[in-house]
Amino acid sequence: MVTLHEQDFDPWALIQAHQNTLRGYGAMASFVGSMRDFNEGDTVTAMHLEHYPGMTQAQLEEIVQDGMQRWSLLGCRVAHRVGDITPEQPIVLTACWSAHRKEAFEACRYLMEALKSRAPFWKREQLIDGTQRWVEKNTPGY
Amino acid sequence: MLKIHFFASLRERTGHATLTDTGPLPCSAAVLWERLQTQFDAPIAQDAVMVAVNQHYTDWQHALQDGDEVAFFPPVTGG
Repeated sequence: MVTLHEQDFDPWALIQAHQNTLRGYGAMASFVGSMRDFNEGDTVTAMHLEHYPGMTQAQLEEIVQDGMQRWSLLGCRVAHRVGDITPEQPIVLTACWSAHRKEAFEACRYLMEALKSRAPFWKREQLIDGTQRWVEKNTPGY
Repeated sequence: MLKIHFFASLRERTGHATLTDTGPLPCSAAVLWERLQTQFDAPIAQDAVMVAVNQHYTDWQHALQDGDEVAFFPPVTGG
């Protein structure tokens, strides 16, 4: 399941709600990415997350399908913020359920790294001096 | 006719969120990019520009057809 959120969301509630729909799981691995109040040595006070409506949802669903085909999973949950966001708010959730830990761990990492490189989101930072700048690339995950 | 979208820093650099192109088709995404330069505030190289057609990633040689939705954007930075 994939959702985009224009307001602050509770990743733990989404995990619990999705787990309530599943049976037969023995493992769940999750990743939650939150907004930092610093980047490249500057204090960041807020951020705007732009995306490509339609393509974003399709890419995220394709990434989930890739993960479901590659590992034996019982379920996946992906959520991502869009719009205006402030430090400490969650930006992204990836969670995977499986019978044993190996599949859940590996698939959760895969979903997150695939999302980082393929999902059409762009971050614009607001700095403490009032200026704004686009984030030009993501930090490597490995 | 092509419907063209620009996102993030490319929207600001081109000065457009969307454009409509009525030039000859089929043409490659690279040819379209050259054709669009006259409508940009300043010339923009293909480097570090990503292309999607009908909301799927593609390459600069992709042959565009009438009615396609073409998007140009910088490297993605979500997550």
